[in-house]
Amino acid sequence: MIQTFFNIEIIAAAWPIVLSGLLNTILLSLIVVPLGLFGGLLLALGASIRHPLVRWPLMAWVDFFRAFPPLVLLILLFAGLPFAGLELGGFACVAIAFFLNTGAYYGEIFRAGIDSVPAGQVEAGRSTGLSRLQAMTYIVLPQAVRNVLPDLLSNTLEVVKLTSLGSVVAVPELLYQARQAQSLTYNPTPIVVAAIIYFLMLWPLVRLLSRLENRALAGRR
Amino acid sequence: MTQQPIVDARAIHKHFGALHVLKGVDLKVAERELVFVIGPSGSGKSTLLRCLNRLEEPSSGSIVVDGIDMLDARTDINHARQRIGMVFQSFNLYPHMTALGNVTLALRKVAGKSRVEADRLGQAALERVGLADRAGHTPGQLSGGQQQRVAIARSIALEPRVMLFDEPTSALDPELVGSVLEVMRSLRESGMTMIVVSHEMGFARNAADRVVFMDDGLIVEQGPPAAIFENPTHERTRAFIGQIQRH
Ligand SMILES: Nc1ncnc2c1ncn2[C@@H]1O[C@H](COP(=O)(O)OP(=O)(O)O)[C@@H](O)[C@H]1O
Ligand SMILES: [Mg+2]
Repeated sequence: MIQTFFNIEIIAAAWPIVLSGLLNTILLSLIVVPLGLFGGLLLALGASIRHPLVRWPLMAWVDFFRAFPPLVLLILLFAGLPFAGLELGGFACVAIAFFLNTGAYYGEIFRAGIDSVPAGQVEAGRSTGLSRLQAMTYIVLPQAVRNVLPDLLSNTLEVVKLTSLGSVVAVPELLYQARQAQSLTYNPTPIVVAAIIYFLMLWPLVRLLSRLENRALAGRR
Repeated sequence: MTQQPIVDARAIHKHFGALHVLKGVDLKVAERELVFVIGPSGSGKSTLLRCLNRLEEPSSGSIVVDGIDMLDARTDINHARQRIGMVFQSFNLYPHMTALGNVTLALRKVAGKSRVEADRLGQAALERVGLADRAGHTPGQLSGGQQQRVAIARSIALEPRVMLFDEPTSALDPELVGSVLEVMRSLRESGMTMIVVSHEMGFARNAADRVVFMDDGLIVEQGPPAAIFENPTHERTRAFIGQIQRH
C-alpha cells in the first residue's frame, strides 16, 4: 500500500519535477493575487462613484465575471484567442482569466467594506478640507480593509487553490507537474505528494483565517 | 451690523427630491458672534449647517464665508472648508487613528504641514481641549466627552474662522456634557465665531449672543437669548420653548 501511494524512491525521482511545479504555483499566486486585489480595488473605487453611468456598467461587469465559471473563461481565452490572432500562452491566459474572475470577487469584497464605513467618517474628513480621494485613502479604505480582512483572506485561499486550473492549459504548476511525474513513473505517489504540499501550504492560511473570523465575531459582541 | 458679516447666507433653499427642507433662509453672523440655532426635530437645522460648508449642496441661494463665495464653481472648496470647522453629534472620529492622528490628518494632507510641525500643532490643539495626555489613545479608549473634545481639537487645529456645532452634546451621557460645554465656552472667550445647534438652553442663555428659532425650513424669529426665551413673539416659538422647558 505504502509502496503504491507513498513510494520513497518515486518521491526522490519525482521531487525536482514536483518542486518546479510548486515554484510555479507560488509564482502564479504572487502574480494573480495582487492583480486581482488591484482590479478589485479599482472596481470598488469606481462603484463608490455613485453616478449611475459609472456604477451600472461596473456592476454588470462584476456580475458577469462572477457568474462565469473560471475554468470556462480560461479555456475560452486559451482556445479562443488564437482564432483572433492572439497567441498568449497558458500562463498569460491564467493571469488574465484570474484577473477578470477574482478581480470581480475582490471587488465585491472591497465594495462591501467601503459600504460598511459610516458616511459620517467621510463627512468629517471632507469638513476639514480633505478631497474625496484623500478621504477614501486615509479614512475609508483602512477601515474598509480591516472590516473585510477575513473575506479577503478567504478569497485569496480560493485563488491559490484555483491556480491548479492552470494544469488544463499546460501551465507547469504543481498539479500539472505532479501529473507529469505520475505518467513518467506510472505511480500515483507524486499526486499524493502534491496534495500534501497544497495542504501544508494552505493550512496556515486557514488557521489564520479562522482566528481572524473569531476575532471579528468577538469584536462584534 | 456695521462690519462685514463673516457668514452671509441668503435665500437658501434645499430640496431633497420632493421634500422642501429649507425654504429661503437668510443668516448673517458677525465675527466673534455666537449664534444659537434651536427648533423642532426635522426643521432643517442640520441641513442649514451642512449647506454652510457645502457638505450639502443648496438648491439655490448664496453663501459667502469669510469673503469666499462658497457656491462659486471656481472656489476651491477643500481650501475653503479649512476655514469652517464642523463638530458632529456623533463625533465621527477616525477609529483607526490615535487622538493625535485624528487631529493631524488634515494638518498634513490639506494644510501641507510636515509631520513634526503637524504633531506640534496637533498637540497644542489637544492641550486647548484639555486632552494633551490622551494624544496616543484611540477613540475607543476615550469617553464620549473626550471623543467630542478631540473632534473639536481636530477642527480648531486648522485655525478656522467659523465653527459649526451640530448638537455636540446630544449623544453624551449627562455627566459628560459639562466638559464639552466648557471647551466651547473657552473657544468663545478666545473670540471664535460659532454657530451652534443645540438644546442646551442654559448654555444658550449664558453664552449666546443671539438665538435663532427655526421651524419647517424657515427662521421664524431671532434675537437675544433673554428675549427669545422670556418673550417670544411667535406662537410657534412659544410652544417650542414651553415644550423644551418642561423637559
Ligand atoms: N440626505 C437627506 N435625504 C433626504 N432627506 C433628508 C436628508 N437629510 C435630511 N433630510 C430631511 O430633511 C428634513 C430636515 O432634516 P434636518 O436638517 O436633519 O433637521 P434637524 O436637524 O432640524 O432635525 C427632515 O425631514 C429630514 O428627514
Ligand atoms: Mg439635526
